[in-house]
Amino acid sequence: MTEPMRTHMMDRLWELQLANGYIRDEDIKNLSDEFNLSSIEIEGVVSFYHFFHRKPTGKYTIYLNNSIVADHKGFQRVKETFERETGATFGSVDRTGTFGLFLTPCIGLSDHEPSALINFHPFTHLNAIRVKDTISALRRGLDVDMLCDSPSDNLRYAPAPGSVFFKSFEPGMVLEKASVLGSDGILDEMKKAELSGRGGAYYPTWKKWLAAKNAQGDTRYVVCNADEGEPGTFKDRVLMNTRPETLLEGMLLCGYTIQAPHGIIYLRGEYRWLLPKLQAAIDKYREAGLLGKDCGGIKGFDFDIRVQMGAGSYVCGEETALLESLEGKRGEPRTKWFFPVEKGYLQQPTVINNVETFCAAARIIEMGSEAWCQLGIPGSPGVKLLSVSGDCKLPGIYEIEWGMTVAELLELCEADDPMYIQISGPSGECISIKDKYRRISMLDLLARKDIRSGGSIMVFNKSRDLVKVLLNFSEFFKSESCGICTPCRAGNFIIQRKLERLDLGLANEKDLEELKNWGMIMKNTSRCGLGKTATNSLIFAMDKFSDYFKARLDKDYNGLNLKFDLEAATEAYEQYKN
Amino acid sequence: MSDLVHITIDGKSIQAEKGRNLVQVAKENGIFIPSLCYYEHIEPPLGTCRVCTSKINGKYAPACTEKVREGLTVEVNTPDLNDTRKALVEMMFAEGNHICPACEKSGNCDLQHMGYELGISNTRFQHLFKDRLIDFNPQRMIMEHNRCIKCLRCVVDVKTDEGKTVFNYQNRGNETYVGIDYEQEAKLTEEQAVNAMHICPTGAIIVRGVSLSAPFGERKFDMESVQENFNKKKPGLRKREPVMSKKIVATVSLAGCFGCHMSLLDIDTELLDMVELVSFDKSPLTDFKHFTSRCHLGIIEGGVCNSENIETLRKFREQCDILVSLGECAIWGGLPSMRNSIPLSECLEEAYLNSATSEAGAHVVPYHEDLPKILDRVYACNEIVKIDYHIPGCPPDANHIWKTVKNILWGEEYSILYSEFKYD
Repeated sequence: MTEPMRTHMMDRLWELQLANGYIRDEDIKNLSDEFNLSSIEIEGVVSFYHFFHRKPTGKYTIYLNNSIVADHKGFQRVKETFERETGATFGSVDRTGTFGLFLTPCIGLSDHEPSALINFHPFTHLNAIRVKDTISALRRGLDVDMLCDSPSDNLRYAPAPGSVFFKSFEPGMVLEKASVLGSDGILDEMKKAELSGRGGAYYPTWKKWLAAKNAQGDTRYVVCNADEGEPGTFKDRVLMNTRPETLLEGMLLCGYTIQAPHGIIYLRGEYRWLLPKLQAAIDKYREAGLLGKDCGGIKGFDFDIRVQMGAGSYVCGEETALLESLEGKRGEPRTKWFFPVEKGYLQQPTVINNVETFCAAARIIEMGSEAWCQLGIPGSPGVKLLSVSGDCKLPGIYEIEWGMTVAELLELCEADDPMYIQISGPSGECISIKDKYRRISMLDLLARKDIRSGGSIMVFNKSRDLVKVLLNFSEFFKSESCGICTPCRAGNFIIQRKLERLDLGLANEKDLEELKNWGMIMKNTSRCGLGKTATNSLIFAMDKFSDYFKARLDKDYNGLNLKFDLEAATEAYEQYKN
Repeated sequence: MSDLVHITIDGKSIQAEKGRNLVQVAKENGIFIPSLCYYEHIEPPLGTCRVCTSKINGKYAPACTEKVREGLTVEVNTPDLNDTRKALVEMMFAEGNHICPACEKSGNCDLQHMGYELGISNTRFQHLFKDRLIDFNPQRMIMEHNRCIKCLRCVVDVKTDEGKTVFNYQNRGNETYVGIDYEQEAKLTEEQAVNAMHICPTGAIIVRGVSLSAPFGERKFDMESVQENFNKKKPGLRKREPVMSKKIVATVSLAGCFGCHMSLLDIDTELLDMVELVSFDKSPLTDFKHFTSRCHLGIIEGGVCNSENIETLRKFREQCDILVSLGECAIWGGLPSMRNSIPLSECLEEAYLNSATSEAGAHVVPYHEDLPKILDRVYACNEIVKIDYHIPGCPPDANHIWKTVKNILWGEEYSILYSEFKYD
């Protein structure tokens, strides 16, 4: 089944964006004719993704990351230096049209902050001098790809028997074993290994694959979610940079199991610099006969993989939003009218899994579920990749056996006087150092003993302002919400305003109560995971650090008069004082 | 013969055809599930406004995206769910700039109607006052972005004869708005255009020259609730023993037009009762400039736009046992808050320096130490002091005012008719 015209939309927009630095009026007109769509529909797609612009973005387009980890590592100074050196202000282009400065949420380089993308090439460990040198080198006409960094993988820890994810890998091996096991055998192995979705939802992989296998459709799709957007997460970046073959093999494995002929990797726009590497791996596989017709010599198993670039949108990590984006539309999550395994990409049965899940699946078949189950703890076997960043000496990738405690992890990464730890990114859970003996595992969440993690661990020390951290998160959700449902679109905006009150010392007990209630309303009513989890950290933080929040309240509140900052409110008028 | 399944809604057993939409099935069985974006003939349902959120087999989920299946157990009318629904509708009011008394769709507006059905007298959220444009560019239509609730109806349903979309979402996050394609809009037939205006649940899509007006009382949502026996009781009102002792009341108009005070006079012959029962302290009615005693009740009209308003309001809070916000301006800012999305300097300069009647150089923006200082925006009264009750309307209905006051002061039976509860 050929993919319809519309699915080429993202590629066409990327072409135009890269060719001219922006999407011009005539491009919109041409695309509208080309795709037979109204202009407003094209504009709608363009304006959804923050790497697509309708105004020039300069010869050098600079995206500086404003995530909380960057903020703590000197973002503000780097930002000021960029403005001073380029003569542009953030959100615009300098007068000569040479430099365009833009802010962007986490670019998956939390272990190298502050970092930026210049023409989609990574620049890491920035400071004032580095920025100055870089800008002057660009002015002198040096090439971006000569100046940019190749971010190190920072593999910090692996279990004693050796790394599972990063050990050497022989292409084709898994496929060979798969053909012996057969579809049911593979599913059985996945079941025994208790593999579940590593994007953070932990849905059993075998169930998903089985459902797709049994679903009715004209064809089937295997989609890899490489839209690693959760701030503080960078494990998929390292997997794709180091062992892209295991990802391809994992997808092949899934394709073989559910009898799908098509594989698509949805790669986040921020990782465009990884594209050549990924593409090279795919080409190599194709040359080796592992992709294409009769893959790995298995008669009748045709499977191929292509890469689809995203263009800057956190919500596209939500599986149904990702499907919409693949179809060349705005990345708005679908309703739960159908599940992707029933009607996914182009309304056909589709398996969507995270990069790490596919890699783990390949490794499980390679080593056997029995060996996999030797690792970890009962009920939560195997290993997990964690991306550790923030206030620690050794940020990077920690391949842990499930069951490691937070305390052990903090020791390994040489955390510096940690106070609170953000697990699974802003949408996850915020825990206090008092909880450091909790284990990291897939076990019962409600027991509140163990804690799950999608992969991001951000460590914050005593000097960090928790309210400022939460404000950073709420700003992130406010602008990354797709805007389609009320509680997420309006709710995140409202929560941010309330947090600002708290930050200014204007809030009272009632405000705290309301913050919590409103957070719950968003959780219960939002359309997708983004809105449902956007207030998680806030709610957890208010529970764990109630004393801290109380200390920030208006001390004079008597239940009747609310604190009001008259000086701030009359500042605008005071300028008319002769 | 189609498949029949058994479901339970709020304890009531219902038989329905398998796979049908839950909102529809509930409606046919006399159960009202509040909803906004849901529109019967749009399939699959939109699921954007989330107002129909219910508990379906114990889990929160919107009813409109649920297909009826065997054994489905649905909770609709629980205090928690009703509050959640109110919160969602309040969010829409807080997010947009909805000025009912100045809106063509008032009385025919689904959003306003939902506010009435849910008995929303004030929003718990601070209004966001985001600056939004009004797009006058389309040939036939006006897009009023202040009023759009992003329900997706027009995006999905309005198409040209060639099948092209006319409306589409633009941007994302809190910047999301519904853009209109000028070229395609011009291709719509008159009938299609008017249909777009009608499918819009608020007054965001207006077709030039096509009137929506009907006399007050004859508009779609003026008189009758879709819920039978609509009997609005304010939660949290304590019922007190009626003791008809004389009570002292103070009133004031801050950034308001005195219209709410005028409405108070509309209680007609009951004014005679009132004089027997109530004495006025500081009030425009007595012209007392200062409080002479502590008061049982303070009634505030108008929002807070300058430093003097703040002082007065704080004084009222100090001197009155109970404070009531009377009318839209006091509740959330109302008409004067139209300036809130525009910088203060622009407003003042437009009024004093650049207006058609001001001579160049001859005018200044008034500033004197004796003059109250203008605030950066108009604030709702409950952003300054605690407000105990809210009476909506622009102005509120006289009966509504008098019934509420009687309830607060003497604990009299309190029941506001649907037709008395208005935002305009």
